[in-house]
Order: sequence, then structure tokens, then C-alpha cells
Amino acid sequence: MARELPYIAAIGEAVHQEMERDESVLYFGQNLATNDEDPFLKAFGSDRVRVTPISETAEIGMAIGAAFAGYRPVVQLYMAEFMLVAMDQVVNEAPRFHYMTGGQVKVPIVLQAGYGFTAGWAGQHTGSIYGMFLGVPGLKVAVPATPADAKGLMTASIRDDNPVVFFHHYLLTLEHGDVPEGEHVVPLGEAAIVREGSDVTIVAIGWMLGKALAAAEQLAGEGVQAEVIDPRTLAPLDTATILQSVEKTGRLVVVDQSTRHGSAAAVIAAEVASDGFSSLKAPVQLVTALDATVPYSEPMEAYLLPDEAKIVDAVQQAVGATVAA
Amino acid sequence: MSDALSKERLIWMFTQMSRIREFEERVKRTFEEHPGVMRGHTHLADGAEASIVGSVAALRPDDHLLTTYRCHGYPIVLGSDPKALMAEIYGRETGICKGYGGSMHLTDVERGFLGTSGIVGQGIPHATGAAWAAQIRGKGQVVLSFFGDGASKQGAFHESLNIASLWKLPIVFVMENNSYNVYTRVEQEDANAAAGEPLAVKAKAYSMPGETVDGGDPVAVHEVVSAAVGRARSGEGPTLVESRVYRLSAHGNIIAPPGVPLHFPEHEAITIFGNAEEYEAALRGDPVPRFRGRLVTDGALSADEADAIAEAARNEMDAAVAFGLESPFPAPEKAVNYVYA
Repeated sequence: MARELPYIAAIGEAVHQEMERDESVLYFGQNLATNDEDPFLKAFGSDRVRVTPISETAEIGMAIGAAFAGYRPVVQLYMAEFMLVAMDQVVNEAPRFHYMTGGQVKVPIVLQAGYGFTAGWAGQHTGSIYGMFLGVPGLKVAVPATPADAKGLMTASIRDDNPVVFFHHYLLTLEHGDVPEGEHVVPLGEAAIVREGSDVTIVAIGWMLGKALAAAEQLAGEGVQAEVIDPRTLAPLDTATILQSVEKTGRLVVVDQSTRHGSAAAVIAAEVASDGFSSLKAPVQLVTALDATVPYSEPMEAYLLPDEAKIVDAVQQAVGATVAA
Repeated sequence: MSDALSKERLIWMFTQMSRIREFEERVKRTFEEHPGVMRGHTHLADGAEASIVGSVAALRPDDHLLTTYRCHGYPIVLGSDPKALMAEIYGRETGICKGYGGSMHLTDVERGFLGTSGIVGQGIPHATGAAWAAQIRGKGQVVLSFFGDGASKQGAFHESLNIASLWKLPIVFVMENNSYNVYTRVEQEDANAAAGEPLAVKAKAYSMPGETVDGGDPVAVHEVVSAAVGRARSGEGPTLVESRVYRLSAHGNIIAPPGVPLHFPEHEAITIFGNAEEYEAALRGDPVPRFRGRLVTDGALSADEADAIAEAARNEMDAAVAFGLESPFPAPEKAVNYVYA
């Protein structure tokens, strides 16, 4: 049975259900469970649910150490940028140990990090920084775009034996959608074809999915049938689903809230250029944020970001262009 | 001599110290005797044997420890096979981490040695997290976190000590203060040292006991670390132990591009600071002969018995070197294993 839940509640439900299912799951972070009425604290007690100081290096490092010792910690980091003060632990500790020890240890941790808060949070709290984690072997990266996927991917992330950075989009926090009750797992590494189409493939990450779907509706009115794919996880990346779609459509538009260079969009474009070149009938179009820090003032903020009109424009270019045989 | 330690235990300690020393000397000699076998950067524990053995001797079998990249000594005391350790350092398939980790990342989970970060200070929160796990599990396990004086200037150190004290975690932070962070003297980079205070005063900031001990004396180290382990085990929280050691080798082998033969330079006291006297004094205080002399003087051990222990350690480490050299390299295509669990 599904019922409507907000995106953020779907994530919380996944954590709660996994903590019920598995005693080794821990949940901790800043400003979390600071009074006795906290539902996690009431349900699971202060051994497994703890508030921490503002100490990201220790929080993430301790999650790694607790994982070495057999636990499955979920670290509530709130804003993705806060991981940057603990970059060593995220990039150069958590994903290295299973490998460096020849498989002796596992690091099943989840780093829950909100991103993309382009609602006037200015330069340091708005980044869509998932791209910088894609070049880190051993790390998994989840970017749910819907409440159901948020629950299913969080469940899968907690059950996964690897470190997972779980990026949830701040602007989706209160978006409602059908969410299955009970156990709901969305495997890491499986993209979803959200809308079928034959003329162009749009790969849209996170918050961009809604904008891509709206653009696809508009394009349908113009006679262009867009297939919309949500990768759902960026590492591992389900390139097979994307390549199959491009094989069918011959055209690719990638929509990513990140700045372009070093982005997930660039990685996806490279994969298709490398392994799907013969399918392409037009240059790959990237619809990304412009290469600048996100400004505070609303008109400037909007100017930088991908939107429905920019997606429509990119699709029209892709559909209009033809590569010479 | 401590009443708490039996003659057998003291002899065991001397034996472990001798084994570490022999192992480290073999690693160091490999640079000269088997050119090309050693790769990258290797850090030796010679001079810290008493501190390592005295600390590890305070543990029970189900306890855990995590260390720095200067990590060869601990697993030797825990009972890891020196053959597997040497083979790892030689990059062989038979290595304890199958050749994936090398000298800086020795790990033996079966013996409680959970992992080794090569980044200064970053293993301290790992140990603190393992201590949280021990606290939740509630079986009285304790974690030892080993790191150097240099690591105590990292945020990871301060964040971890704060949480460990706040949560009363069962952990002992053992800072091996060898007076140098790579080529920098501790007085040049540590406010406490510059003020003439022991580094153990850092514990005060986190409302936990801080003790300074002569890390060249395994019995003294054992006494202090045992007391701290006892506190941790009984739920009274962490302790910071500053163990004053002197590393008898340079920080590590020279850092050089391919084509330049790797070797260990002289100690920084000589090469950087021109202070040969300091280094010679350290050699005179070498904890291995010092402890041997003490055991022989006290009648715990005859000179012949001490020689036999040293001889056995030499033979054991000869065999470790031979095993490492004879062992095959991993198949290259295994490089993509263990990326994901």
C-alpha cells in the first residue's frame, strides 16, 4: 500500500524502519534528538541515537570506526557542504579501507546530506556538489528525486556494505508523493525511465527531474517525444539504461543543477560519447548551472540555474541538429 | 620492578620488543640488501618498542586498536604472522592485506587491529567510533588509539577527545611523542611544548586525565596504560597518555622519484638540526638493551637466555624476509577487486 508522504518524511521512515529491523543501525549528528520526545530517541534509545557537537571530521570518522566494529551508522549532516570540512574522511578514509585491507573490513556508513538549497542561501549552502564524489572508487552516491525513491534508496543505502553519500535535495523537502508502506528498496545503481519517448533522451538528476518532465510535456505539444531518465544513483552509474535509451532516440540532453566542469552531466556525456557514439545523431547537450558561485539575489540566482525553458531550448537544438553521416 | 608483572610476563615483553626491533631492522636492511623490493614510504618503530609492548600488554583479546602509518610493531605483539607482515611490505600476494595496503596500512582484524589510516590524525576518530561501538555492545571492550605528537595538532584529535570525554567512551589515547613531526621539532609547532609543558596537558581541555610516561620503559608504560584501560573498562571514560619515545630511525625512507635508490637517511637530529649529541644520547637510552640490562640485573633473565631470545627473533625475521622475497606478486588484474564490498 502506498500513501502520500513528503520527501523528507520518506527518508526518515526508511531510517526508522531499518533501525527497527537491524539493531546495528545507528543514527547521529548535530542537533539531532536533543530532547526526550524525539521519536528516534524514544524508539531506539540513546546508545543508538545521539546528538554530536559540530565536529564533522569526528562524526564521519567515528561512523567509519563504528562500522569497522560491526555497526551501520547513518550520519545526519544536514548540509552537504558541511562534508567539505571533513573531506579526508569522506574521500580518503571511508572508501579506502575495504580495498587497502584486502577486504578485511567493510565500511557500511550512510552520509545523509542535503544539497542544492537555491532559495536565497547564497554562496556556501547551495552547492550541488555530488559531482566531486564521482571520482572516488568505493564510494556510492545516491540522488533521489521523488519521495518513493528517497525511501527506497535510503533503505538500500543503509543495507549496502559500502559508504554511501545520500544527497537529498532541500527544495524537494516538502514535495509529496506516493510512498510504499513497509519495506521498500530501490537498488543502488538502477536508473528509472520516468517517461518513455522516442525522439530524445533527457537524463535529469535530482531536482532537475521535475523540470525535465515539465519540459517534456511542453515538447510533446510540439510533437517531440522525450524519454526522461532519472539515474537515481550517480555511483554506480547505470550507463546501460542511458545507452539503451540513446540507442533508441539518437539524442541526449543531460540536466544537472551543478556547474558544468567536473559535473555528473559531463561524466554521463563522456560515457555516451565513448560507448554510444555510433548511436548519436546530434551533439550531446548539457544543461547545467553556469560556472559561478550561487548568488544571494533572486534574479541572479535564477539566471544561473537550469530551468524548463533552458531544457526545452537544449532539446530543440538536439532535435534540430543532425550529425553528418 | 612492578609487582603486577610476573617474571614470565616481563620476559614476554622483552621478547616482543626484540621481535619488533628485529623486524624493523630487516625492513630497513631490505633497502640495501634487496634493492627495488621496497616501494613508496616506510616508517619504522625502532625506539618505540617499549611503548608499543607496554601498551598492547594492557589489552585483553577482544579489545581493539588502531594506529598510525608507523604500524609494524603492534601486530607483531598481537600475534600476527611476521611473514604475512613482511610479505605485505614487499607487496606480495601472501601479505596480510594481500598487497593492497603495504607498509602504511597494516591491518589484522582477527586480532583486533582494525585499521591504519596513513593520514596524520585521521585514525583517531575511527578509534573513537570503535569505542562507541564497544560502549553500545556493553561487553567491557576497550580501544587503544595510537598516534604521534604531530597528530595532536589536527582537528580530528581535538574533536575526538571532546566526544570521547563527553560520551565517556572506553578508549585510551596513546600519543607517542617522539619530539619530531617529520622534520619539525615539537617546540616549533606545539604551544604546550613551546611553553615547556608536557603535551599531556591537552587532556585538561577535554576534562579527562592526562599522563606523561617514559615510553622507553615498558613496565612504566604498562602501568599507566593499564590504569587508563581499567578506567575505560569500568565506564569512567578516556585518558590521554603521552608516551615519550625517541625514534631511532629517520621519519621514513627518502622520498624520491623512480630511478633513485631508496634508503633511510640519518635521523633529523643530525641531518636537519646538527645535533648528533641528542641522537647519541638516544642511542645510549635505547629501550631494548636498556630493558634487557634491567632484566638481567634483576635476575629475571640470564644473559644467555636474553641472547637466546634475540637469536630466536633474528631467525624468525630471517624467515619472514625469505618468505616475503619468495612469495609471488598478486595477479595484476586483482587491482580492481575490493573496490566495493
